[in-house]
Amino acid sequence: MKFIVSSIITAALAFAFGLFLPWWSIALAGMLTGFFIPQKLSLSFLSAFLGVFLFWGIMSFFMSYSNDHILAKRISMLVIKRNSPHLIILLTAFLGGITSGVSATTARAFAVLVKK
Amino acid sequence: MKYVVFSLSLLLNISLIFVLGTRNVLPLPLGSFLSVQEGVWQNAEPVNLDYNASMNFDGLQGNVDVYLDDRLVPHVFAEVENDAYFVQGYLHAKFRLWQMEFQTHAAAGRISEIVGEKAIKFDRNQRRMGMVFAAENALASMQKDAQTISALDAYTAGVNAYISTLNASDLPIEYKLLGYQPEQWTNLKSALFTKQMTQTLAGYDRDFEFTNALKLLGEENFHILYPSLPDSLYPVIANGTVYNQPTIAVDAPASADSLYFKRKDTIQFVEDYKPNPANGSNSWAVSGAKTKSGKPILSNDPHLGLTLPSIWYEIQIKTPAFNSYGVSFPGLPGVVIGFNDSIAFGFTNAGRDVKDYYEVQFRNADKAEYWFDSTWKKTSRRIEKIQVKNGALVNDTVAYTVFGPVVYDKSFKTELSDEKAYALRWVAHDSSNILKMWMLLNRANNYNDFHEAIGHFNVPGQNMIFSSKAGDIALWQQGTFPMRWKDQGLFVMPGSDSSYMWKGYIPNEENPHSVNPVQGFVSSANQRAADSTYPYFIPGSYEVYRPIAINRMLASMNNITALDMQLLQNNNYNVFAEDARPILLKYVKKEGLTAEETKYLDLVTQWNLRNDPGETGPTCFTAWWDSLHATVFNDELLMGKSPMIKPEKFVLLEALERDSSFKFVDNINTPEQENIYQQVTIALKKAAVQLVQLEKENKLQWAKYKNTTVYHLLKNNAMAFAREGLMNGGGNGIINASQHDHGPSWRMVVEMTTPTNAYGVYPGGQSGNPGSRFYDSFIEKWTKGMYYKLWFMESAATDGKKCKWKMSFASK
Repeated sequence: MKFIVSSIITAALAFAFGLFLPWWSIALAGMLTGFFIPQKLSLSFLSAFLGVFLFWGIMSFFMSYSNDHILAKRISMLVIKRNSPHLIILLTAFLGGITSGVSATTARAFAVLVKK
Repeated sequence: MKYVVFSLSLLLNISLIFVLGTRNVLPLPLGSFLSVQEGVWQNAEPVNLDYNASMNFDGLQGNVDVYLDDRLVPHVFAEVENDAYFVQGYLHAKFRLWQMEFQTHAAAGRISEIVGEKAIKFDRNQRRMGMVFAAENALASMQKDAQTISALDAYTAGVNAYISTLNASDLPIEYKLLGYQPEQWTNLKSALFTKQMTQTLAGYDRDFEFTNALKLLGEENFHILYPSLPDSLYPVIANGTVYNQPTIAVDAPASADSLYFKRKDTIQFVEDYKPNPANGSNSWAVSGAKTKSGKPILSNDPHLGLTLPSIWYEIQIKTPAFNSYGVSFPGLPGVVIGFNDSIAFGFTNAGRDVKDYYEVQFRNADKAEYWFDSTWKKTSRRIEKIQVKNGALVNDTVAYTVFGPVVYDKSFKTELSDEKAYALRWVAHDSSNILKMWMLLNRANNYNDFHEAIGHFNVPGQNMIFSSKAGDIALWQQGTFPMRWKDQGLFVMPGSDSSYMWKGYIPNEENPHSVNPVQGFVSSANQRAADSTYPYFIPGSYEVYRPIAINRMLASMNNITALDMQLLQNNNYNVFAEDARPILLKYVKKEGLTAEETKYLDLVTQWNLRNDPGETGPTCFTAWWDSLHATVFNDELLMGKSPMIKPEKFVLLEALERDSSFKFVDNINTPEQENIYQQVTIALKKAAVQLVQLEKENKLQWAKYKNTTVYHLLKNNAMAFAREGLMNGGGNGIINASQHDHGPSWRMVVEMTTPTNAYGVYPGGQSGNPGSRFYDSFIEKWTKGMYYKLWFMESAATDGKKCKWKMSFASK
């Protein structure tokens, strides 16, 4: 339960920060949930990863879908040199997830340190 | 342990954010670039996007309604004329902002700011050409005319009104790709845009190469290889037109024989960034006597580099003063090629040489003084500051002389000495207000209005074509063209003597023109304007074969319809090959050819002379002729190891038609005397090697060989945004002038009936956003040679309802 709540909160914070802060605010979101929600390190990572992975993945998918993947085809050619909208969406989700996840891990590890 | 975990995690964390946020590790900052809230996903425009909007801006005086049709063409209805330019600026920015800024940055030599040090040389070249100097002079003229400057002010305000609505996530993709921000639009940027077009169309010259050719080959041979009058010339103004004696005669300076025609040395540096000599166009107008409807039809297709976003943006503008439709340049107010209720207008490039180099002698490396009329004259110096992205500020000192800027000196071309340098005299630097012409053309009602309008245009010189609902057709070659003594400006001129300067300009009324000629049509396709009886020396870079093809067809056609004119614009017949193939077939020695060589010979023999997409004949013919050209000329051209330029293709063809023992046929590097039979056969053998390779790659078919490509403006850096491999025909010297990355950038046919019957298409789309379905939506039709019917809306009240979207603009 805590895991799912943590994921949802990370995603929600990432979205809210993104309204007025640059892309790295997803790291901030991960750090906040990582710091304040006590979980095992691996679960901290996974919950933040999953939160932003799904947020970026679902959002980019829907944006791309309503665009008939016109842009995703071009961007995938540009970035990964192959015509695959799904791969570029997956890459987007992964990069968002990993940034947030690692940030959560760092914050959790820091929380463990300062509590002692 | 906890410390270790924390430290490792922190390190990974920092590295990750750094790597994803910078351009220094990966080519792109993938974190921000792919961010769903900030990055490119924001540019994924929903295919069913609703463009309806209602906006209020300071600066508008009345209401403006913009109806967007299903091709995203705006039909602008303004209560006040200048409001229409405001909204045009807004629309240009909304759909084409990045391109507008990039093109004007390029004009101004500011690309290093965007892409870094690799563009410094390009930027220096632009600054040294005096592009900013030229734009400043143009703007000063525009400011003197209330009508122009108020329109331009409104346009600029409209562009900036849009820019001020942008936040980081709304920026066009290219800004995200390259990592910079748009700046405010200015009137100077519009002036820079006109200079960019000038450079494209009147920036080609061969002064240095010709100077070397003259030195190495001698005067007689020079004129054989670079003749000013082709035998097969079909001038813009029909042969036999009687010209008056010139009002002013100019004579060569007494010292020309020793100082100008007999140079002591060659010039060793190479000029970079020459514009494509194929920049040109077709246009013609047929009178009502030759059309089915009894009304004139005007056709125009300007040939430019094919780019995405397109150089053109389609628009209709209706104000209390006029109702015009056509294509506009993102960066300028008004319709540039198009029509209104009464007339239609189009352009082809005049190709005249209005750009000369003078060799100046500096006193020393300071570039502060140069030798002129037996005294040391002071230069003025302009310090060009080039800001390099993530880097230094590069200062470049450009000396200005009585001629203009010193483009080439030791600081730019290390082959030069401290003292020797080359100054540029270019009509582009002279002040003029070319926008005034379009201000007047958009509202012109008849031939007299047209004639008055074009008088305001100085450069790049154009053939201006006209037709009216009243039934008139006309063509004027218009521009500011220097009066020259024979051969003046072909070669680099002495810069130490004022007698070599231009002495004046040909009066506008003496420019070649034709109004309602008896033949029932006027046409131009970048050929020389007039035959040898024209009383001025008019060098330039001219096309020979397209005009022959066009004129032959127009002369034979009657009962012409708009569809006939569309088909003519897409005609793939190769007039050059019609004359050149018999030469190849006559002189080739068939015995001793391999099976492969015989096969390619047969493909040329059986070819129907059309450069259609599926034909293999044009590929084989082109390879063979180019090979012959190189076989004949390369020995002479390479002998001096100085920069030279190839003779044009008509030169070899006409020489061989006159005389098969043309003296350049012999290879001067061998002791034997080669004849034309040997050279044509060797050329086939050399071409066959290339053709075997092409066939292996499945590129023998003309369209596959040509691989027509509409590149993004960032060229090879953004192939994902380009359209490659378009299967169309045409080519160099063919009416359908589609080459690999160059060709008809807008095709338009306007029949002057009531209501106006107009058609058009360009190889792009109305939106500059690669994430929009309107980015390249016209390309399929363009490739197939098809057109859209242009919807010339008469009234907003009745036609507006049939439009898909409406944007309303009002004052605050």
